[in-house]
Amino acid sequence: MTDRATGPFLLLHPDDNTLVARANAPEGTEVETEVGPVRLTRPIPMAHKIARRPIAAGATVLKYGMSIGVATADIAAGAHVHVHNIRSAYTASVVLQDADGLGKGA
Amino acid sequence: MALAKGPDMIKGWLRADGRKGIRNTVIVAYLVECAHFVAAEIVAEFRGRDVQLIGFPGCFPNEYAARMMERLCAHPNVGAVLFVSLGCESFDKVRVSAAVEASGRPVRTLVIQKAGGTRGTIAAGRDWVESALSEIDTVPRIPMTAADLVIGTVCGGSDGTSGISGNPAAGRAFDLLVGSGAACIFEETGELIGCEEIMATRAITPELGQALRESVRKAERYYATLGYGSFAAGNAAGGLSTIEEKSLGAYVKSGDSPISGLIKPGDIPPRGGLYLMDVVPDGDVRFGFPNISDNAEIVEMIASGAHMTLFVTGRGSVVGSAISPVIKICANPDTYRALADDMDVNAGDIIEGQRSIDEVGREIRDLVLAVAGGQRTKSEELGHREFILTYKSFEPIGPACLPRIA
Repeated sequence: MTDRATGPFLLLHPDDNTLVARANAPEGTEVETEVGPVRLTRPIPMAHKIARRPIAAGATVLKYGMSIGVATADIAAGAHVHVHNIRSAYTASVVLQDADGLGKGA
Repeated sequence: MALAKGPDMIKGWLRADGRKGIRNTVIVAYLVECAHFVAAEIVAEFRGRDVQLIGFPGCFPNEYAARMMERLCAHPNVGAVLFVSLGCESFDKVRVSAAVEASGRPVRTLVIQKAGGTRGTIAAGRDWVESALSEIDTVPRIPMTAADLVIGTVCGGSDGTSGISGNPAAGRAFDLLVGSGAACIFEETGELIGCEEIMATRAITPELGQALRESVRKAERYYATLGYGSFAAGNAAGGLSTIEEKSLGAYVKSGDSPISGLIKPGDIPPRGGLYLMDVVPDGDVRFGFPNISDNAEIVEMIASGAHMTLFVTGRGSVVGSAISPVIKICANPDTYRALADDMDVNAGDIIEGQRSIDEVGREIRDLVLAVAGGQRTKSEELGHREFILTYKSFEPIGPACLPRIA
């Protein structure tokens, strides 16, 4: 397993079920996931995450090999992983309209 | 480990307490702001030589500042110390001077009110520093390995790249250094909220794990009193989804080694391993923010014996430090290009797919050993010697914080 970036996404830890964008990735970009190549259905801004494999509702979301929260819906491989489909195991995240990283304020 | 530039090639300055320094600096320390200018004028005479200015600005006494000053002046990178006092400040100059003398270092205190004011004190100070430089030239140098090193890490001027390139690479370097026997220190418990349970599982004893949890809870209370929100809306726009994800971005600087202890500023790690430094004051909120800027954190790790500090930045920083070199690791490739003269390591290569986290981690480890062997960091070359020490208040660490088992 290498952590060298091979596309627009980084795998930070072998155990992770998320990949992190190392640059802005346009909609339609082909991404290699554990279930084969998928096309992004929306642009993914730098430092945002997508699912490396399907993540079931209630499953732990892993980045750095550690839990960053719990999935609140089934997440398909290649889909954006963010405040709309995961929640903190600690305290709710306070977010504004620009949370998707695409708004003017982002 | 590569033999050509391996740890056997490092020659450290041997101090009376057995610790080894990677630099041999003369410190000029003012004991109140009223003596700052005079102390700075003494140092100005020695531009290009290893004479450095530190100090404490306050006129009111503070036990934390007194202890920090003692630790800093007996740091293994320090060869001799000149204190510059106005004369009527509350800082206990006799106590600090006695501590330096007991450490086997040349020490002198000049009191401006008795030494002829500005001109007289500057002249006497310059004469003393000149003679101290000659005297410390004779300090014995002996072989030193990675196991003799204490290394700290901080992040400052963070952006979205810090948590995915610079901090993980610094963490890999920490794993390599801990594996070679070094003592490595990470800190900023206020940025570890949400990591306490994961961190506790890495502690070498359950009691230490509990102490780690409590230190993060203390930080949570302290920052809540100051009115801090722990997760800003802007974090979500930047791609962070939860408080634990934000904290993990800073936490990964610590690498994957077991956590051997919990220390407070000025506590020296008793052996190799990974240590968390609790920098949040104990008791009621009294003197304001725990650390008012990045250099305050760097100084606290130096007081705990850090020979150098790994500083991860995304937005960009130019600082170095008095006493111990700073290695700046730039997480953002655009920032690296803009500030290349100030940056030692381009972890932005990870963002651009040029190198892996492991490769950059190894570069950082190799650079740590090279700097220990005398190579100057970018900030040293440029003459940066930032320093800040202010008021704080701590209780001693508890018995569970430094377990004796390995």
